[in-house]
Amino acid sequence: MSEGTAVPEDRRYTREHEWAISDGDLVIVGITDFAQHELGDVVYVELPKVGARVAAFKEFGVVESVKAASDLFSPVTGEIVVINEELGEHPEWVNESPYARGWMLRVRPDDVQELDQLLDAEAYRQLIGGAEAE
Amino acid sequence: MTFVPLTESERTSMLATLGLADTEALFDAVPADLRFPAIDIGPPLNEMEATAHVESLAAANRPASGIPFFLGAGAYRHFIPSAVGALMGRSEFSTSYTPYQPEVSQGTLQMSFEFQSLVCDLTGMDVTNASVYDGASAVAEGALMALRLTGRERVVVSAGVHPHYRQALDTYVRPRGVDVYTSQMAVRDGVLQEVGLLEALDEHTACCIVSQPTFFGEVRDVAHAVEAAHRVGALALEVYNPTSLGLLRPPGEWGVDIAAAEGQPLGIPLSFGGPYVGLLSCRRELVRQLPGRLVGMAKDGQGRRGFVLTLQAREQHIRREKATSNICTSQTLISLGVAAYLALLGPAGLREVAESCCRMARFAADRLGKIPGVEVITPRPFFHEFAVRTPLPADAVNRSLLERGIVGGYELGKSYPGLDDALLLCCTELTTRDQVDRLATALENIVG
Repeated sequence: MSEGTAVPEDRRYTREHEWAISDGDLVIVGITDFAQHELGDVVYVELPKVGARVAAFKEFGVVESVKAASDLFSPVTGEIVVINEELGEHPEWVNESPYARGWMLRVRPDDVQELDQLLDAEAYRQLIGGAEAE
Repeated sequence: MTFVPLTESERTSMLATLGLADTEALFDAVPADLRFPAIDIGPPLNEMEATAHVESLAAANRPASGIPFFLGAGAYRHFIPSAVGALMGRSEFSTSYTPYQPEVSQGTLQMSFEFQSLVCDLTGMDVTNASVYDGASAVAEGALMALRLTGRERVVVSAGVHPHYRQALDTYVRPRGVDVYTSQMAVRDGVLQEVGLLEALDEHTACCIVSQPTFFGEVRDVAHAVEAAHRVGALALEVYNPTSLGLLRPPGEWGVDIAAAEGQPLGIPLSFGGPYVGLLSCRRELVRQLPGRLVGMAKDGQGRRGFVLTLQAREQHIRREKATSNICTSQTLISLGVAAYLALLGPAGLREVAESCCRMARFAADRLGKIPGVEVITPRPFFHEFAVRTPLPADAVNRSLLERGIVGGYELGKSYPGLDDALLLCCTELTTRDQVDRLATALENIVG
């Protein structure tokens, strides 16, 4: 794993490289530093509408970089309460700040316990360590 | 890869291995009535014989250029400046291989960029792609855009949209479970009137598709349809005739979201129905859902102007099955003809062409409308086409006209039940008053 790839301890991860963190009643979702690095310059993020339902490990949107388009998978099941509208004007925030300004969704989870079934930072580090070794 | 022909001995050896008597036996699993039928086309011909045979077949054609010709209905005969053909014939343009590598494709890319820009100027729309197959697929792709953008599953389409385009629309969207509602056309008070279009718009409707002019030539106020569509949160899609934009208010000024057209009238010959070129444009905010190739202008590392494929993540070479379309392609060579035609004519030239067409059609309608028994049923104003009813079935009228060396109009009964006695006639700048007089005289004799 490269030195610069950040995997904060405070949140959970999917095998598809999304992160999720509790924020009060809601769960915030985004993609990882590793994912943005692999994608390259992000040029567009296609997000669902507020009020739509998302299901754990199902697609909720698409992130486009100059060289690829990748599906986004929700870490949890629930209802979308807020989307990061600013990514429309600033898709580069996904690269610059994947864990803060580059967040994508705020979801009201049906069952917050779902978070515990996701990878923790250590498990995710191992996952991408394996990916990088390939 | 080397081309390796299959020899008789190889064929025999493969059949022996498979334990089959002949190649036909491979297809035993396919029911006989579904197999390719035996066709009796006679013995083989050498090149000289084949040429003579095909020439004799071609002699049965009646080229549109030699005779009075009043057929339009989606494919239009216009004058084509020789420079159009000269540019299209240049070998540099003869491949339309996708210009992925801008460093070796500047000519093709710049051409497409100029085509897009010219169509944007023409339509008043923000963005135009580098073309699709034809008018029909442009309309169908436009409807798919609206379905994706709204997340709704109903399309409301005017019966005034070209019937072939509506068939293509059906083919594209019905298998996805989309409900396609079509308005009705009926003759009331002596003219064709549409019923049940705007009333059909509801909160499940993704888009309202109207045609300007209509298939029957009528020029309408598109604003009603745009307002009604937007009121229920649907998009407005206008099908337009590009030549008519020399005179008429363009789609962008009507406030439509998507504009689609057949580009053939702009410098492309009739040529038996194709290849043609579809023009597809939209508002800037919808560009992510616009399918097909899009060329942008950019700067290279040294600040010099260059052209590149842009927003490629919409396309199937990046996004595969999630692409905006897997069934479209740009008609690069044909779009070059369109770009050359528009550049040669300019706005003033296109207006002259449109005025000539419109004037001659009005002259023809006035002349034919005076014939007892002949009624012009397209309401005025119309552009360069109008429908007439006669006391005889339209196919009988067409046959009689052809016997007199005149190509009549489109038999509307083919697409509209109840209009078996109606012909759709077209005049362009190539139609002469003398030809209209010959048509009128012939019709007088036929129906008199």
